Amino acid sequence: MILTRRMALLGAGAMLTGCDRLASHDSVRKALFSAENFRRWAQRSLMARDALAQEFRPDQISPIFRANGTANPNTPAYKALWRNGFADWRLAVTGLVERPLSLSLAQLRTLPHREQITRHDCVEGWSAIGKWRGVPLRTILEGARLRDTARYIVFRCADDMGGGRPYYESIDLIDAFHPQTILAFALNDAPLTVANGAPLRLRVERQLGYKQAKYLMGIEAVATLDGIGKGKGGFWEDYAGYDWYAGI
Amino acid sequence: MDSPTPTDGIAVKRHRLSTRLWHWLNAALLYVLFTSGLGIFNAHPRLYWGQYGANFDHAWLELERFPGWITLPGLYNLAMSRHWHLTAAPIFAFALLFYMLWSLANRHVTRDLAFRRDDLRPRHIWQDIKDHARLRFPTGQAALRYNVLQKASYVGVIFILLPLVILTGLTMAPGMNAAWPWLVDLFGGRQSARSLHFIAAFALAAFFIVHILMVILAGPINEVRSMLTGRYRVPEERP
Repeated sequence: MILTRRMALLGAGAMLTGCDRLASHDSVRKALFSAENFRRWAQRSLMARDALAQEFRPDQISPIFRANGTANPNTPAYKALWRNGFADWRLAVTGLVERPLSLSLAQLRTLPHREQITRHDCVEGWSAIGKWRGVPLRTILEGARLRDTARYIVFRCADDMGGGRPYYESIDLIDAFHPQTILAFALNDAPLTVANGAPLRLRVERQLGYKQAKYLMGIEAVATLDGIGKGKGGFWEDYAGYDWYAGI
Repeated sequence: MDSPTPTDGIAVKRHRLSTRLWHWLNAALLYVLFTSGLGIFNAHPRLYWGQYGANFDHAWLELERFPGWITLPGLYNLAMSRHWHLTAAPIFAFALLFYMLWSLANRHVTRDLAFRRDDLRPRHIWQDIKDHARLRFPTGQAALRYNVLQKASYVGVIFILLPLVILTGLTMAPGMNAAWPWLVDLFGGRQSARSLHFIAAFALAAFFIVHILMVILAGPINEVRSMLTGRYRVPEERP
């Protein structure tokens, strides 16, 4: 029996198209997608609720922090905010809260800060370490007095991903109340640049980069993710099939 | 070497059920993991050492994207590659764990895989290397035991390479870094771990190629049958 390269290639090709064909079946797709629940359960079982993401020394910071995704929302509304140094920008805190808020950047800057040097891990595989400064999300949620029915926090963004579909993301309350989950307005001791999400972005340090929503306009407490976007909890979750739980 | 024995040419029980089940489960899972892993790698085909690494940083290896015939899915789709990879990975990891424990319990490790004092004599190792180079495969009784190179490669794969590929894989999960920060420190940072994961995956691919080559040269029908049914026909002694 002689195994030629050609046969090996044909065999590999046949097996792979076999896998692709498998994945086109609804039940297989469903199984592949629902394995996310196992991973969330396993990770959450292995880590303490408030286990911290690693923090680094100043000399470990990446020389250049790579920006990814939208580099500039470039909408007329965003450009108007940017031209004015975001003086007219407000963060709307709405949904299942007893006291909806509208916070300016100046107000956010007067709230207690947290500073953290953390590693940003993109789903693509690269990592960048940066020093973030911002307001713990917990502080905002406690100020707005979250209702008991709230289960998720949804982050509304200024960038339009095409066809009137704005970027959005969501996390559950375990991550929302985590001490390192902050709304960051500074990176490496400078105000956020447009490429990195000016004026405000989310840092949820135990998850991948696509959860770190940039250009925040509003945060909304909800009981369910149904009815928001396509219901999967985020733009990439809706349109690219990414996992909602991005701890892996 | 060995004198002729009555086992020549007859079929004997060779591989345990646990070994056979694990072998074929592994074959399927490693296939899915390797090809979907290349699909994930294609999202950023650069490797770095240390804690961080992105486009502006020095990459020790920069490759073209792997072609579609060896990635899963065939057409680039990072989300689907991840779904395949991250679904197969826990099954693969727990299967290895159970196989290790089972093989310790049923003494497969101590009986068949552990090196004996004779195995490690330089002259014996050299003889084994020469035999391999000449494609002189053991016959008779000797064919029923793993030779020293076989033991080294199986022990190396089961106890070093597979754990390394699993642990470096876990290290790439930001959630696991919060849960087990010591693990990512062990590998010198997330980007080092990603590089080691890639190196381990290609070491496994190299093992696979040599393994297939050896099966073909040693008699594919007998070898594959023994891994399917457990029954192995003992090669007759050379005159």
